[in-house]
Amino acid sequence: MSRARDWFVSAAVLVLGRGKKRPRGPERERIVPLEPPSPRAELAVVGLLFAAALFAVAFIVVYALDRLPHQTQLLGVALGLSLACLAAAFIVVAKRLVPEEQLEEDYTVAHPAASDEIAQLVDESSDRLTRKRLIVVAAGAAGSALGLAAITPALSLGPALDPSVLRRTPWEAGRRLVDQRGRPLRADDIEFKTFYTAFPERADREEMGAPLVVVRLDPAALALPQGRDGWAPAGILAYSKICTHAGCAVALFRTPLFPPAEPKPALVCPCHYSTFDPAAGGAVLFGPAGRPLPQLPLRIGYGGVLEAAGNFSGPVGPAWWGVRMGEAT
Amino acid sequence: MRRAVLFGLALLMLALPAGTSAQEPKTSIEFPPGVPLVRQGFYLYSQNCASCHGDRGEGVVPPDIQEAPGPSTAMGPALAGVGAGAADFYLRTGYMPLEKAGDQPTRNPNFFDDHEIDALIAYVASLGPGLPIPDPHPENGDPSEGLALFREHCAGCHQIVAQGGYVTGAIPPPLGRSTPVQIAEAVRIGPFVMPRFSEKRISDSELDSLIAYVQYAKSPNDAGGWSIGHVGPVPEGMVTWFLAATVLVGTCVLIGKRLRR
Repeated sequence: MSRARDWFVSAAVLVLGRGKKRPRGPERERIVPLEPPSPRAELAVVGLLFAAALFAVAFIVVYALDRLPHQTQLLGVALGLSLACLAAAFIVVAKRLVPEEQLEEDYTVAHPAASDEIAQLVDESSDRLTRKRLIVVAAGAAGSALGLAAITPALSLGPALDPSVLRRTPWEAGRRLVDQRGRPLRADDIEFKTFYTAFPERADREEMGAPLVVVRLDPAALALPQGRDGWAPAGILAYSKICTHAGCAVALFRTPLFPPAEPKPALVCPCHYSTFDPAAGGAVLFGPAGRPLPQLPLRIGYGGVLEAAGNFSGPVGPAWWGVRMGEAT
Repeated sequence: MRRAVLFGLALLMLALPAGTSAQEPKTSIEFPPGVPLVRQGFYLYSQNCASCHGDRGEGVVPPDIQEAPGPSTAMGPALAGVGAGAADFYLRTGYMPLEKAGDQPTRNPNFFDDHEIDALIAYVASLGPGLPIPDPHPENGDPSEGLALFREHCAGCHQIVAQGGYVTGAIPPPLGRSTPVQIAEAVRIGPFVMPRFSEKRISDSELDSLIAYVQYAKSPNDAGGWSIGHVGPVPEGMVTWFLAATVLVGTCVLIGKRLRR
């Protein structure tokens, strides 16, 4: 109890108290002319610094909540206002509280008298400040809050809490493949030498993990990685349409008319020409992509309709595959 | 008689030094009246096409080449069943004859004259039923529907205003000189590494719309003024950085100078 009172009193002193003139040893002739204190400017500085701290904290809060609409814009606004307040505080200090002067001096020889003079200059420059400690505390608050805000996003580098939400996609065993207009894709309708875009039936198409590119190759020509037996019924293959390099849509399907003399079939991303081998589980043939294109296991369901037999073989897109699920914290 | 011709042809091929382009043998000949077009086509075919596509359009694939002498680059797909549409496309775009098997065919001046092309088309069509020469009606199409189709199926490679682009291993051509018939043929055939789209994927009426859009894209209405080549964000970015940014910096310098005065 008495501890709380102590805290309260010291806070009150901090806010209301004004510094007294310290005795500065033997009185010397002033170099910086003494100007009257400017309590309003000081108050403004303190207010701006605390506002900067507040906005930085707001950044952290918005980041942590993660489910607000327009989150990105709010984050930008919070950080921007914080920095703006900090800048405004500095401007007020410079223009209203501390005299500004430029000195040029050679430092080749030690010059005790001159350095004393500079120390005195610096000392006297802050004479107008009456709440030096409060300003220091406010600046410290602004600095540490901004620093915290700057390192908060580092939390996103690793799954902090439950990583399983990051792995969730709209695809699960039994989810049917539909085309742009929502019509189910039938295995018999999938032709060779062309490509199809497919989406999960009754699921959000905007999800990073939703769109697929579906192609059909000769089953004898497939060389899928181990453990993917039966993933390509009748030679029909489904891959995530999102490039693992920068997240563009893999919109190009290269398919030779005369295979002996022409480049082999490949899925190509139009942004940076990452090239994936559909016959080999989406392995990278060329380009900046660092990971294979994730393959979706397929099976032929009731009525010959294509459906997923599980989730993808790896993370979708350039980042965590659940980043747009809105559930990652 | 025909065997003798083929034998002579084989001898001729043997005599050709390796690397000689396939374009050498063309011989113009005035056929006497009454020779059927198909016969004329077969004659031209034997002279110009058989080295890669086989004596009877059965194709030449690498294992065959191992057995037969001659330049190893002479290989090509079978032509039975490709139809008049494919022959019309490859010959009238100048894609064939190809300098070297495996090269990407590119648009060239026609190697054969119109009558010779008609004869060759008749011969290729006689090899088996295939794609007929399409008869598109872009005037019935809806360019806006065509844009949606083009964006979905074509723009990834050919770029949204059909300026052409790049795929690893091939160069999707610009479509500025493609006729409606050629566009329809290419969609159905899928030349070189292009996918093909059957009537199940793109119906004939959708194809009309697609062609209507490609025709529009040859001279699009540039509402913004400067098209910057219609080639997308890279040159637009360069204009932004090199022109707009320079102007901005210049403005800043001007403002600074005025203040100093």
